Amino acid sequence: MGEMTTGGGTTIQVLEGSETGFATTKFDALLNWARKYSLFQYPFITACCAMEFMAMASPRFDMARFGAEAPRFSPRQSDLLWVVGTISQRQAPALKRIYEQMADPKYVFAFGTCASCGGFYDNYTTLAGIDKVVPVDVYVPGCPPRPEAVIDGLLLLQDKIARGDRTPAIVKPRRDPTVQAGNLVRLGKKSTAT
Amino acid sequence: MSKRVLEILKSKFGDDIYETHSQFGDDTAVVNPQRWREIARFLRDDPQCAMNMFVDLTAVDYLGRQTPRFEVVLHVHSLERSHRIRLKARIGDDDANGVEIDSVVSVWKGANWFERECFDMFGVNFKGHPDLRRILMYPEFVGYPLRKDYPADKTQPLVELRNVPDKLPPFSTDEGMPFGRQTHDYPRGEETN
Repeated sequence: MGEMTTGGGTTIQVLEGSETGFATTKFDALLNWARKYSLFQYPFITACCAMEFMAMASPRFDMARFGAEAPRFSPRQSDLLWVVGTISQRQAPALKRIYEQMADPKYVFAFGTCASCGGFYDNYTTLAGIDKVVPVDVYVPGCPPRPEAVIDGLLLLQDKIARGDRTPAIVKPRRDPTVQAGNLVRLGKKSTAT
Repeated sequence: MSKRVLEILKSKFGDDIYETHSQFGDDTAVVNPQRWREIARFLRDDPQCAMNMFVDLTAVDYLGRQTPRFEVVLHVHSLERSHRIRLKARIGDDDANGVEIDSVVSVWKGANWFERECFDMFGVNFKGHPDLRRILMYPEFVGYPLRKDYPADKTQPLVELRNVPDKLPPFSTDEGMPFGRQTHDYPRGEETN
């Protein structure tokens, strides 16, 4: 058995090799820790964000690092519903039914602006955000979102699971476009202020 | 080149060809809707025309701009003679009565789903169509969404929608892009319902 000193000056015992021992924790914390790293995902992919989803799931960005590796094409075997792309009014009942078929605990991930709020579709055929049909845990806006933003969203979801927090969360853009816009060079009309 | 097709049509059908024009190489004939299928069949079968390829069929709603209100537009092409023509027929009054025309599925099979889409979006009734159902919208949908008097912001959800009052910024409860409509006059759902 070895010893390790942490920053606070406390010393903790560390097991080495074939030594045995025990640790105490809350059962919920243990369960949430297990859930956090074994998110089986159901990809509900409908539109162009799928390309970004494929990029994200592929080795370059390597979603498997976070334990969210295995896609399950049955909602009954999955924990995390990825809604990737625009959902039309006609698809809404199917999405609701898929969600209802998933076993608890279940989490929903709104991938991209269309899934989050309907995006620029404001018409007779598009559902303005999947949260009108199913409760959403994490929103990732972007058209499409960068894989980094999606990984941010996944880590946010894992954090929420560990804390047992079910309030919706959002991945904020790293650069605020409204702030950035002020710094852009304005083309066209000359400024009236002289 | 296919101006010759317009000449053939005019000599064959005379007064039933209401007007023709050829702009930028697109030859267009506005025809009598009563003889729609007959003219279509002639275009396909006549060896001078030989329009063996169906290209497109759609409709345009000119509400408040012209009467008859709807214009059904058909594009056909001849692979043998390499020419194309656009046929138009004007139907329906301002209250959308009499929006019907003969189906051309018996002439070109490819017209089947185009006519279904046209029926779905504009409510044009194609007489003699083998299976005139909605193709894009769900059967429960009421009205025809691409008509100019369909409210632009009216949706018809199939499931009861959840209320999401406290949505986080940058989203808001007033979603979509209503700011794009501030400068346009359009029929709104609240007024027409």
